[in-house]
Amino acid sequence: MHVETDILIIGSGGAGMYAAIEAARAGVSVFLADRSLIGRGGATVMAQMTVAVALGEETPDHWSHHLADTIRAGRGLTDERLARLLCEDGPDCIREMDTWGVGWARRDGHIAQAMAPGHDRPRCAYVDFLNTGPAVSKTLRTVVNRTSGIRKAGDLMIVDLVRRDGEVTGAVALHLSTGAPVTIAAKATIVAAGGLTRLYRRNSASANMGGDGYALALRAGAPLIDMEFVQFFPIGHLAPRLIGMDPIMWDPFRYKLGGRLLNSDKEEFTARYGTREDGKYVVTRDLATYAIIKEVDAGRGSPHGGAYLSFEHCSAEALRAAFGPVIDRLAANNIDLTKMPVEVAPIAHYHMGGVAADARMETEVPGLMVAGEAVGGANGANRLSGNAITEALAFGRRAGRSAAERVRGGRHVFRPADARAAMDLITADGGPELNTAAMIQTLQATMADDVGPFRTKAKLVRALATIDDLTATLGERPVGDGGRFDMRRIDWLDLCNMLLVARIVAQAALRRTESRGAHQREDFPGMLPEWQVNQVAHYPGREVALESMPVAAKVAAQ
Amino acid sequence: MKATVKVWRGLDAETGRFETYEVPFEPGQSVLDGLRWIRANRDPSLAIRFSCINANACKECMMELDGETVYACTARLEPREMTLKPLRNKKLVRDLVTEIAPPAERFKG
Repeated sequence: MHVETDILIIGSGGAGMYAAIEAARAGVSVFLADRSLIGRGGATVMAQMTVAVALGEETPDHWSHHLADTIRAGRGLTDERLARLLCEDGPDCIREMDTWGVGWARRDGHIAQAMAPGHDRPRCAYVDFLNTGPAVSKTLRTVVNRTSGIRKAGDLMIVDLVRRDGEVTGAVALHLSTGAPVTIAAKATIVAAGGLTRLYRRNSASANMGGDGYALALRAGAPLIDMEFVQFFPIGHLAPRLIGMDPIMWDPFRYKLGGRLLNSDKEEFTARYGTREDGKYVVTRDLATYAIIKEVDAGRGSPHGGAYLSFEHCSAEALRAAFGPVIDRLAANNIDLTKMPVEVAPIAHYHMGGVAADARMETEVPGLMVAGEAVGGANGANRLSGNAITEALAFGRRAGRSAAERVRGGRHVFRPADARAAMDLITADGGPELNTAAMIQTLQATMADDVGPFRTKAKLVRALATIDDLTATLGERPVGDGGRFDMRRIDWLDLCNMLLVARIVAQAALRRTESRGAHQREDFPGMLPEWQVNQVAHYPGREVALESMPVAAKVAAQ
Repeated sequence: MKATVKVWRGLDAETGRFETYEVPFEPGQSVLDGLRWIRANRDPSLAIRFSCINANACKECMMELDGETVYACTARLEPREMTLKPLRNKKLVRDLVTEIAPPAERFKG
């Protein structure tokens, strides 16, 4: 099967859908592909609460203040051109979402904005109750469906980008529900496939975020940047077992009610690591992750190996007023917050690194753009609470605009011969039997244990050896029968991408012999001025090459 | 504790059959946890559709548990025989996966 389109968009989270709407408004044809269902998978739908944006509704604000906070959080590595785009275009996008009926929570007639750690003033809009992500996804999906010029294609897994003379001219895909191979001719392609949290055992994003966007772009010649910076969300739910809720749900509870983070002695402990909380939510994500793991190492962890989070000082009425139906969902899991703490621990949440891009969302490869979490650099070594949805929307809109402008600028067109290698791969006869699902679990365990928030040379070398073994086992021929929803073949193709991206994360972490933001080396504990550089990964052939580059030019925050 | 999970497998009604798996679990775990355990420990070819794992946000893991439509991520595993089938009112793709997307959001070649 073959598809012709002006613009191919890979991924239908917030970034992909906003890009589709913006490009279609410019009058070009859009083909919006998602390996899952349109607007349901990915990370956007999982967002629980905050969207950081300088609306000035709660208190006076300006995007330059938001930019200053974003740069401070990034520990010297922020690409200020990208951060500025996020902060400056964010308010427009959030207000447009408002006109589309997303339902931002309001207080006294204005959009409510909550205080979040690392921000200098209340800046975070949200949709109650814990409904920000579903509301953003649903709103964009509705607008996509009523915008002419957008074709939607769920269950379509993009396997590789197609190039001619270094320019992207389309893609090869596997249609999961039929097993049919598909070629797509596109004048511009936007990778909006999210991050890599699926590489880790405990994560807070969808199962379809295994770094495939990074791998697609890298194989097409686009460099990746800052790949060692994986953000761990410090207070992911750990115990007791809780179903029907995302593990990052305790963030909104802390925004609204404070809460107390406690060790096994039931003492607040973050002051020991530099930030005193006193029942307020002020500690940044990298520091909280550090503090919890250090308490566990010191023998002061909770029974399941994390910390306690307590709202026992809150009344049932206060909890009900703040979280309404969520309290009933907790009760269904036998959790009464007035009587018991829960256990929390760091969980893989977001990736600061990604595809290198300019402020037009163009990569170094002609015809290839990126948007959302797939972009690297905007958040430096540590992302502020609330910047992810804003970046999805602002980067998506900009990428859609750039792609529409690019439609008339390409030199080459798609040719079937350029797609042959990828078509041969997905239609190949099955290779030897492998337990691909178990291999993914092995990789996730390795990444969690050895490439987690705390790294050492020994752990990273061990992880790279495991990645080598898994890569050798995976081989060159896809397993499975190639039929309808062939999970073995899907896993095999995913593992190709996951192992490539995992290797780059581990190699970049090994090479960065210092500690900064989300990258902490126990054998190199300090932050070093000579490491105020970005690491850039290229993939010219079979080996990944890393080099250090000066941080992208600073811009005046005016 | 163990659950006995009877799972409908196949590509069409005529040749489909049930396969039975013994699944270890702790109280509180979901049916989806059990299905993911089967894939990693017994048979990676078992086809299931899900994205969000635990949040009940993606709404993709709909199937029939003992004849009732459930989300596998919020239905709990229990120490008894549990029968899982694909949705009967949707077109079958494979095993527990059905065509649940609205027609306008499906790929048409």
